[in-house]
Amino acid sequence: MSENLDDMYREIILDHYKAPRGKKPLDKIDIASDGHNPSCGDELTMELKVDKQNNVQDVHVNCKGCAISVASGSMLAEYIKGKSLDEVKKISEQIKKMLKGEDSEITEDIGDLDSLKGVRQFPVRIKCALLAWVTLIEGVDKFEHSKKPESFTVPTEDEE
Amino acid sequence: MNTKTTKNDFVFDVQKIKNDFPILQREINGHRLVYLDSGASTQKPIAVINAHADYYNRINSNIHRGLHTLAEEATSAYEKTRSHVAKFIGGVKTSEVIFTSGTTESINLVAYTWGEANISEGDEIVLTDMEHHANLVPWVMLAKRKNAIIKRIPITDDGRLDLTDIDTIITEKTKIVSVTHMSNVLGTVNPVKEIAQVAHQHGAVILADGAQSAPHIPIDVLDMDVDFFAFSAHKMLGATGVGVLYGKEYILDKMPPFNMGGEMISEVSFDRITWAELPHKFEAGTPNIAGVVTFDTALTYLENIGMDNIHAYETKLTAYAIDKLTQINGLKIQGPNNTLNRGGAVSFTDKDLHPHDISTFLDSKGVAIRAGHHCAQTLMKRMGTIATARASLYIYNDEADIDALHDALIAMRRYFGHE
Repeated sequence: MSENLDDMYREIILDHYKAPRGKKPLDKIDIASDGHNPSCGDELTMELKVDKQNNVQDVHVNCKGCAISVASGSMLAEYIKGKSLDEVKKISEQIKKMLKGEDSEITEDIGDLDSLKGVRQFPVRIKCALLAWVTLIEGVDKFEHSKKPESFTVPTEDEE
Repeated sequence: MNTKTTKNDFVFDVQKIKNDFPILQREINGHRLVYLDSGASTQKPIAVINAHADYYNRINSNIHRGLHTLAEEATSAYEKTRSHVAKFIGGVKTSEVIFTSGTTESINLVAYTWGEANISEGDEIVLTDMEHHANLVPWVMLAKRKNAIIKRIPITDDGRLDLTDIDTIITEKTKIVSVTHMSNVLGTVNPVKEIAQVAHQHGAVILADGAQSAPHIPIDVLDMDVDFFAFSAHKMLGATGVGVLYGKEYILDKMPPFNMGGEMISEVSFDRITWAELPHKFEAGTPNIAGVVTFDTALTYLENIGMDNIHAYETKLTAYAIDKLTQINGLKIQGPNNTLNRGGAVSFTDKDLHPHDISTFLDSKGVAIRAGHHCAQTLMKRMGTIATARASLYIYNDEADIDALHDALIAMRRYFGHE
């Protein structure tokens, strides 16, 4: 078997793919976002429940896609539970950079997520691993903008 | 006829053909390349590759302009391919053969020029449920611009056109019927001649998308009586960036030009411009000359084998592929499971695995297939899936290639823990 192939389909990835986390529908939905990969037709819906301090209480991910996109979504669901939205945004950007090979210097322990690095050797599959994270970023963005309408207000004279 | 007479004792020497394709000597991930993605683009024989080099080594120049030797030679080589294409598709006039950049541009040309001139509010455009985006998006956008209506011929569960209600779908409101001759996903060969009759009875014109059929079966546009026929060179041994639009002369004559510029004009002043004669009216700018010139070599290569022989050989190989794939646990053929009116594009799904994973795994074994929605999202929806894997055959494939695909799929299911 090709070494590269085993690099991408690591045991952890296959484990998440076969038994994805975050499959349970939520009793309350604060953030909802749909992702779509136009080049392959993969679809992903993501729902988050957050508390008053903007910490993620629970995550529901439903991904109709390949092993990589399903595993990536599953790891996401596991990892961001209990994190604040600021932490969620930070890790999402870090994973994006890691997958694109722009910056692989993630110093903290990111657990299973580290195994996504193997996807980098398969450039056409990077977008599969990104789908969940891009969907998450969009959902959080939408949520924060709707919660803080002041971010859309016309700049005051001071700011100009 | 456009093909050589089939001799009863004809031997299809696939090993000899394989040897004509240098790329098939490549190793991919330590394995012999098994190329099963010809529906996307075929490989090129050494004759075509050499013809390309020869064109640039000996006669490269612009066409229809210069009066020097090279310009004359390039023009004559370019026009030779036009005559060849005219014969290849059933013996039409050279004025009816327009070179484009590919099937997509051929169809867009019709949608923008014929469509703009002939479609009005409330008119109906008839498509089918198995169209490639190239024969869907241009019509949907035209319908939006004109407030026209898109109607579709449905398909049956086994992937054939359902013509039961054809007489209520194609009516006197129908202005054009645009239908694929062979589905790039299902492999189905559609009864274009029969649909053309219905279209014409109602005063509509018909376009057949021949991107997948022209490489594989003898084409006779006059017998099918289609008004337009579109196909691409790169799916039949030629270069990318070359396509053909056949159109009946009296229809092309009335159509406004598509791209505006050099070559497509007759006289130009700032207040009056007249168009060039057919087919040049539709060929503005410098085309892919080398690609067109070498398409002549590609067509000769196909004719030396014979389109009838190609069709017969591929039908046998398709039957073998369907049989082998059906033996694999969890695999389902998406499209007709017999070779009646069917070409060698064989789509399949695995109940446990996504086409992306299938494709990546097969590639690790040297087997190249296509995975995804195949630019046919509406068809995917109809089939109740988001993507399929597709093995598509051509003249250089043999049973050993199908066996390699079969064995790799078995290994794949084991690798992902599905026995």
